[in-house]
Amino acid sequence: MSEKFDVIVVGAGASGNAAAYTLAKSGLKVLQLERGETSGAKNVQGAILYADALERIIPDFREEAPLERHIIEQRMWVMDERSYVGSHFRSDDFNKPPYNRYTIIRAKFDKWFSDKVKEAGALVICETTVKTLLRDDAGKVIGVEVDRIDGKIYADLVILADGVNSTLARKAGFRPELDPKHVALAVKEIHFLPKDVIESRFNIQDEEGVVIEMMGKITHGMMGTGFLYTNSDSISVGVGCLLSDFMTQKITPYQLLEQLKAHPSVAPMLEGGEMKEYAAHLIPEGGYHAIPQIYGDGWMIVGDSGMFVNAVHREGSNLAMTTGRIAAETAIELGRAGKAMSAANLALYRKRLDDSFVIKDLKKYKDLPELLDNNKQFLTTYPELLNRSAYAMLKVDGEDKRSKQKDIYRGFRAERSLFGLLGDAYKLWRAFR
Amino acid sequence: MSNDAPVKKKRKFELDPRLAAYKGVWVFIEHERGQVHPVSWELLGEGRKLADMLGVELAGVVLAAPGDDGQRFCHDAFAYGADLCYLMESPTLQDYRNDPFTRGMTELVNTYQPEVLLLGATTQGRDLAGSVATTLLTGLTADCTSLTIDMDNRSLAATRPTFGGSLLCTIVTLNYRPQMATVRPRVMAMPERQKGRGGRIIEHPLAMAEESIITKVLDYIPDDSRDKPQLPFADIIVSGGKGLAKQENFQLVWELARVLSAEVGASRPVVQAGWAELDRQVGQSGRTVRPKLYIAAGISGAIQHRVGMEGADCVIAINNDPNAPIFDFAHYGIVGDALQILPALTEAFRQKLATTRRAG
Amino acid sequence: MHSVVCIKQVPDSAQIRVHPVTNTIMRQGVPAIINPYDLFALEEALRLKDKHGGRVTVITMGPPQAEAALRKALSYGADEIILVTDKAFAGADTLATSFALASAIRKIHESHPVTLVFTGKQTIDGDTAQVGPGIAKRMELQLLTYVSRINELDETSGTITVERRAEGGVQLLKTALPCLVTMLEGTNEMRRGSLPDQLRAARHELTRWDRVAAGIEDVTKIGLKGSPTVVNKVFTPSPRAEKAEMVTVDSGRAADLAVELIARLGQRFPVVEAELARRAG
Ligand SMILES: Cc1cc2nc3c(=O)[nH]c(=O)nc-3n(C[C@H](O)[C@H](O)[C@H](O)COP(=O)(O)OP(=O)(O)OC[C@H]3O[C@@H](n4cnc5c(N)ncnc54)[C@H](O)[C@@H]3O)c2cc1C
Ligand SMILES: Cc1cc2nc3c(=O)[nH]c(=O)nc-3n(C[C@H](O)[C@H](O)[C@H](O)COP(=O)(O)OP(=O)(O)OC[C@H]3O[C@@H](n4cnc5c(N)ncnc54)[C@H](O)[C@@H]3O)c2cc1C
Ligand SMILES: Nc1ncnc2c1ncn2[C@@H]1O[C@H](COP(=O)(O)O)[C@@H](O)[C@H]1O
Repeated sequence: MSEKFDVIVVGAGASGNAAAYTLAKSGLKVLQLERGETSGAKNVQGAILYADALERIIPDFREEAPLERHIIEQRMWVMDERSYVGSHFRSDDFNKPPYNRYTIIRAKFDKWFSDKVKEAGALVICETTVKTLLRDDAGKVIGVEVDRIDGKIYADLVILADGVNSTLARKAGFRPELDPKHVALAVKEIHFLPKDVIESRFNIQDEEGVVIEMMGKITHGMMGTGFLYTNSDSISVGVGCLLSDFMTQKITPYQLLEQLKAHPSVAPMLEGGEMKEYAAHLIPEGGYHAIPQIYGDGWMIVGDSGMFVNAVHREGSNLAMTTGRIAAETAIELGRAGKAMSAANLALYRKRLDDSFVIKDLKKYKDLPELLDNNKQFLTTYPELLNRSAYAMLKVDGEDKRSKQKDIYRGFRAERSLFGLLGDAYKLWRAFR
Repeated sequence: MSNDAPVKKKRKFELDPRLAAYKGVWVFIEHERGQVHPVSWELLGEGRKLADMLGVELAGVVLAAPGDDGQRFCHDAFAYGADLCYLMESPTLQDYRNDPFTRGMTELVNTYQPEVLLLGATTQGRDLAGSVATTLLTGLTADCTSLTIDMDNRSLAATRPTFGGSLLCTIVTLNYRPQMATVRPRVMAMPERQKGRGGRIIEHPLAMAEESIITKVLDYIPDDSRDKPQLPFADIIVSGGKGLAKQENFQLVWELARVLSAEVGASRPVVQAGWAELDRQVGQSGRTVRPKLYIAAGISGAIQHRVGMEGADCVIAINNDPNAPIFDFAHYGIVGDALQILPALTEAFRQKLATTRRAG
Repeated sequence: MHSVVCIKQVPDSAQIRVHPVTNTIMRQGVPAIINPYDLFALEEALRLKDKHGGRVTVITMGPPQAEAALRKALSYGADEIILVTDKAFAGADTLATSFALASAIRKIHESHPVTLVFTGKQTIDGDTAQVGPGIAKRMELQLLTYVSRINELDETSGTITVERRAEGGVQLLKTALPCLVTMLEGTNEMRRGSLPDQLRAARHELTRWDRVAAGIEDVTKIGLKGSPTVVNKVFTPSPRAEKAEMVTVDSGRAADLAVELIARLGQRFPVVEAELARRAG
């Protein structure tokens, strides 16, 4: 089989679809290879879609994409075992179209996106795993080999959009082995409830949605967060922590999620729902420092495979789509200029990313993962103190407020020295600066 | 039945006068190698109720070769509740073959005009039912789990599972006769055999020459001569699930099966783990089994497993979780550790068989 | 040698759930697959082609989405696919379905004479096993159901010898071509198509036939009109009235319990008792 394409895209996740769509739309001959049965077939998970990244690829996506609810309220909960202290931000501004964030069900969304890719003219082949990259004598990537008979196929450029595990990039030596400190293991469930129950439970109207981010003792001191999203007639709930933490802690991700669901503030929101899907997945959270080499002779890496996830803001799919789009645009431009897909020319991709929000944002939080990892008090001590303080201040029991404040202050001091406290405040400020 | 068929409101309607002449409930008496399939007796039991509701006669239909004991089958049918039997004898009916049987059955229907025709949902019954219904251009409802008459319009209301067993639907055949249905073996209760109960035999010839029949039976290989696992046809099956925890423990299933001369079955995870061959998987993506006795050890009873074995006459479930779904449809539930119960059952059955042997 | 294989796209029933509150089927996110039983028919047809050459045409009657099932069939190595699709087919029961399919297959036969028609044993949604026999009768083809093996196919003499699953054994049948075979499950394993076949499938120009193209003039024979059976109601099964007779034991009494259970079993289930007696004797 000596058929040759302009570009082969490996993977049909958010980044692969963005790349394949953009490339095919420009008239290039594109082959997209996906291991799964269909694009996104395996995940029924609900997730957040950031409109901007998709809008730059498919401007009128809102008219046809399967969107669940647009988000009008964001809750942040800092939790201990029994309570939470939270901030809720809700604004009618979020109700003004075009909406900015949506909840989506990945399986439905990915299918739609994949159909768009096909419509744009790319050839999409599923149930086919790319085994190795084919290279010429000079080491340039010239195609791929899949796990089927007559499985060699060639292209000027191969875009690796194969997700966080990217065996291909690792085998090819483009990327080091995954560091357990750089990936989170997230588990997620989807619970079905009637639409009107969800709407009354979350005080929302038709098509409006709520997001809850949770942190604190729910993760047992592990670096991670929990989350809950409202879909049309279901709720996605999950929790994720660093793989390295799971390796040292006794608890399994599943147990962690069970505990989260049983939390007295969470359980009532899920009550009566039927669990439909359980999924576990890795999220690359190494941040800026973990980004590998992302281009070379005949290849580029996009999406999770290139560790493009902003863990602090739970952004992933938008970075995936953006890196996919920019990689595609780079290739289109080179193609039009008659330039080769060489490392030197593809360096333009990295430069464009540097100038985009993708690298800028990741740079901004570059030290945060390490900071939290080395300072577990942010995940255990503080949430508990915070909750205890809130409880003490709000409980009316005859004691005066000033004494209560003193007690609280003493509580903080007992758990952490004054220098520790100040140091923590400084570290946090530095990380978010 | 298409599942996409819109659900209709019950309709009042006038039966075409030509169809009103169709009277009586018929049951196809299926036999192979001199044995009547028990599903036929079960259907007579059910057919009796329907005939009584309609105030009509219940008939058995026997298609056989002259040497085949057709008369005896008719008399057995009377004992199981038939008022009369149509007996069609012809050398061409020696072994089951689609063409002569379809031809014979359609001819009987056209001549004697029954309003209801029931067949077993067996390889023979389904082969014949589909062909007869298409030839007669009438409705056929497959694999029914319950049958009744809607007295408003004398129509047969046939209920059957749909969507992998998660839902049931009731299907009627309004302006067509006969109304046909197939029923799986052992879904209906076996009626009491009434010795000495008699009935009329109406003999009807089949004018069909062997030369005109294209398909020939070259040979018949009874199951016993084959050594592959014959799960679907086993009368006793001992099945093990993931609850047995380890491959070694699956031995316990084999031991009980050996004592019972039973087949060994397994749930999907067990097969996937390589503890048992694929041929032994019971369920939606494995085999459908209809044993008389099904012993399930450490099997949760997921719907995909259930659809493959719920036709068992008797299900004994061993599970340490009292809320396991399998207890919703088992006949006996033992809440306990399969690793202890299985050896105990093995021993008890060994004793039981030994006692029976001595007594017999 | 030209085989026509009838396949149906079905929802993966393992993933269908009934909504706990509204009692309606939740099809959402339920993937559509080729009826698993039909894969055995398709693979058998492909094997015949490997051996005798010729061609395999795959046909389905269904909504436009069924295209995916057909393309998949192509990726396994089928040569041609035909989607018979028309609003007029909606609500068809097995009688109407077999009419439409038979008519379409006759149409195929006009351009490429058909040697064999294959169907699966049954579908996992309709689950009737009626469409195969229905097509055979409508086309006046010899019918071979529950075929577990094709032993011999001789094109010159126009004969085929197969093993057919009967209740208590296997029938060895010989008949004339053309005929219709419904393939038993577990009789073969679907191959993994090659990459070139995948590419061909993705690019293939789909043939769509509406009612007229499928050669159907009489609309009273198809769809809801052509269906004698009517679905009166759909409902969730009530849990079985009698739940399992429960027996709980502490480990020490396992032996007694087993004996007790067997005694009770014999009384309540004479069939089982008889079966045990048979084994003892
Ligand atoms: C629980 C969880 C919740 C999340 N929530 C959000 C959220 O709310 N918002 C957000 O923006 N992001 C979220 N993310 C992150 C986001 O899902 C990812 O960043 C994004 O999906 C990455 O897309 P991708 O295309 O790079 O990778 P993937 O979506 O992982 O796609 C990779 C694809 O490549 C295929 N593949 C892999 N190897 C091969 C091979 N060898 N041959 C062929 N195909 C191959 C895979 O099957 C897969 O389909 C979440 C992630 C998780 C795990
Ligand atoms: C498309 C599809 C098709 C499928 N087809 C099939 C199929 O054909 N057949 C099939 O079986 N499944 C099938 N399944 C899988 C099915 O959904 C279930 O996952 C499977 O049946 C569960 O098998 P199990 O009961 O052995 O294991 P589990 O679900 O793990 O259950 C084990 C059970 O053992 C009990 N147990 C544990 N320890 C003990 C002990 N010491 N003593 C006694 N009991 C114990 C537990 O309480 C539990 O109930 C299919 C699924 C899909 C999606
Ligand atoms: N709509 C359809 N299109 C093509 N083939 C079908 C269709 N419905 C049923 N069949 C075939 O008929 C067989 C029996 O189906 P059923 O009678 O529904 O159990 C299936 O295995 C298919 O091969």
